[in-house]
Amino acid sequence: MLDVQNLSITFNEGTLDEKKALQHINLHMKKGDFVTVIGSNGAGKSTLMNMISGSLKPDIGHVKINEKDVTMLPEYKRSQYIGRVFQDPMAGTAPTMTIEENLAMAYARNKKRGLRIGVNKKRKQMFRENLERINLGLENRLNAKVGLLSGGERQALSLLMATFTEPNILLLDEHTAALDPARAELITKLTGEVVEQFGLTTLMVTHNMQQALDLGNRLIMMDKGQIILEVSGEEKKALTIEKLLHEFQRIRGKQMESDRAVLG
Amino acid sequence: MLIAIFSAIESGFIYALMALGVYLSFRILDFPDLTVDGSFVTGGAVAAISIVNGVPPVLATFYALIAGFIAGIITGVLNTKGKINPLLSGILMMIALYSINLRIMGKPNIALLNESTVFNQIEGFWAKLGIDEFLNSILTALGADRLPGTWAVLIIMILVTIVVKFVIDYFLKTEVGLALRATGDNEKMIRSLSANTDNMKIIGLGISNGLVALSGAFVAQNDGFTDVSVGIGMIVIGLASVIIGEAIFGTKTIARATLAVIAGAVLYRIVLTLALRVKFLDTGDAKLITASLVIIALVAPKIIERQKEASRKRKKRAMLAEGGGADNA
Ligand SMILES: Nc1ncnc2c1ncn2[C@@H]1O[C@H](COP(=O)(O)OP(=O)(O)OP(=O)(O)O)[C@@H](O)[C@H]1O
Ligand SMILES: [Mg+2]
Repeated sequence: MLDVQNLSITFNEGTLDEKKALQHINLHMKKGDFVTVIGSNGAGKSTLMNMISGSLKPDIGHVKINEKDVTMLPEYKRSQYIGRVFQDPMAGTAPTMTIEENLAMAYARNKKRGLRIGVNKKRKQMFRENLERINLGLENRLNAKVGLLSGGERQALSLLMATFTEPNILLLDEHTAALDPARAELITKLTGEVVEQFGLTTLMVTHNMQQALDLGNRLIMMDKGQIILEVSGEEKKALTIEKLLHEFQRIRGKQMESDRAVLG
Repeated sequence: MLIAIFSAIESGFIYALMALGVYLSFRILDFPDLTVDGSFVTGGAVAAISIVNGVPPVLATFYALIAGFIAGIITGVLNTKGKINPLLSGILMMIALYSINLRIMGKPNIALLNESTVFNQIEGFWAKLGIDEFLNSILTALGADRLPGTWAVLIIMILVTIVVKFVIDYFLKTEVGLALRATGDNEKMIRSLSANTDNMKIIGLGISNGLVALSGAFVAQNDGFTDVSVGIGMIVIGLASVIIGEAIFGTKTIARATLAVIAGAVLYRIVLTLALRVKFLDTGDAKLITASLVIIALVAPKIIERQKEASRKRKKRAMLAEGGGADNA
């Protein structure tokens, strides 16, 4: 479903701030795979997401969706296949427009936009049914401007907007990080539910190790632009936070040793 | 006085089309588009030169609309494809249009006094309807001593403006319209929902300047002449209409906001007319008055809001103090 091959990018190449944000990343995801991504700040997680969504173009390497090479496809064309939720709850919705209008825009994602009215009776009913699933009472506020909603409500709406058209790929970049613990938990639960319901192929970045362990069938750890650990299936189920931290230190330690050896 | 107000309302409805165009770029696309100063003249120029060359007025007016649309598209392309910042794209286009307008007209001004226009073309038909007599008899009954020459311009323009308003209201609710609004509201988000935001801006600016040029075409035909410099400060007049309208009539929904813009355009003309009747002000001060109006419309709501807030707090404090006193007793 998603194929990332040898993806690399260096920011500010040839200057003092040169930053190898991604180095030869390879990642293959089958339909229905749910991969959680962890790693320290600056590891390149967001850069990887931006590269898949098309808001950044790689120096070398390819991104394929459904066997189709989309590396050079502009972001707006690629987003037919990709649902995204951003870290900032304000980023995923249009504040001066109503809930139903926001949903109508999301609904048009994988269709050709025309001069039909965006919110008709039939769609309204469908939006209402979808909003009922997230259980926040938003189905009764279809005409409310989204700017009036709380961060948690907006993020739940963003999640719904990203998923209800069943995109080929769902990208979640720390989408619970800006929320209070209770709201974060709610969104985490909703995420698990919708991904399961639609069988969405999902890539989720998080700094919450527990969340990374609870959700998904695979886990990758990134550091300095590389994938340094990959765990899946039964092995992932058996994983704990302690083991993960231990593993991180072991790999990093080894690398430090080899760095030292190179530097002599 | 009555006649002055009457023609102010008449102009208000003609310029309302321009204000709606400014509303589309400024408010909907969040794009401060200065092309307006140029495209307004382009509208007048294209309509005038076409009419002088024997094109039927309605068709000439339509050509003006198209010319404005093209001007807007070029500004949009400069901004989105040329990556030139919005203000500068508009300024560049405005300056370029000055020369282009001169080229279109072939000289700095064109008189339409003996030409047929969309307004005088229907005079014969209009006279048969007897609307003028009817409305003027009402005015006479109300005690007016001087009467408007014809109601045709006002009524045609009200109809045109209302039709344009409803078309805009409808368009902004369509799938494309929603994407256009989102482009001004949260560009990153609508791009992640597979809308081509470059195209949205280009189309939006095209429609906006199309309306501005349409307004310019009607103004030229109503005034009976056009001049290459009539567009100076047009953007500020548009803004004045938008801001005054919004401040007074609100923006709760799109339909409400477009109505507010039209009302703002009419109100602006009335206020300007009244201001110019003050002894020491003359027509040269119109632009100063316009700028002052915009400043007042921007600042006044904030001051009023602050005073409301302050008095609310004062009341609350007073109430608490009373409540505290009662507790002690
Ligand atoms: N447009 C850019 N120009 C220059 N450097 C960049 C750019 N985008 C990212 N970087 C750098 O690339 C590195 C990887 O950034 P990225 O945002 O992918 O990290 P991350 O893993 O998402 O971190 P975090 O957990 O803090 O979100 C960082 O060092 C960052 O400073
Ligand atoms: Mg990040």
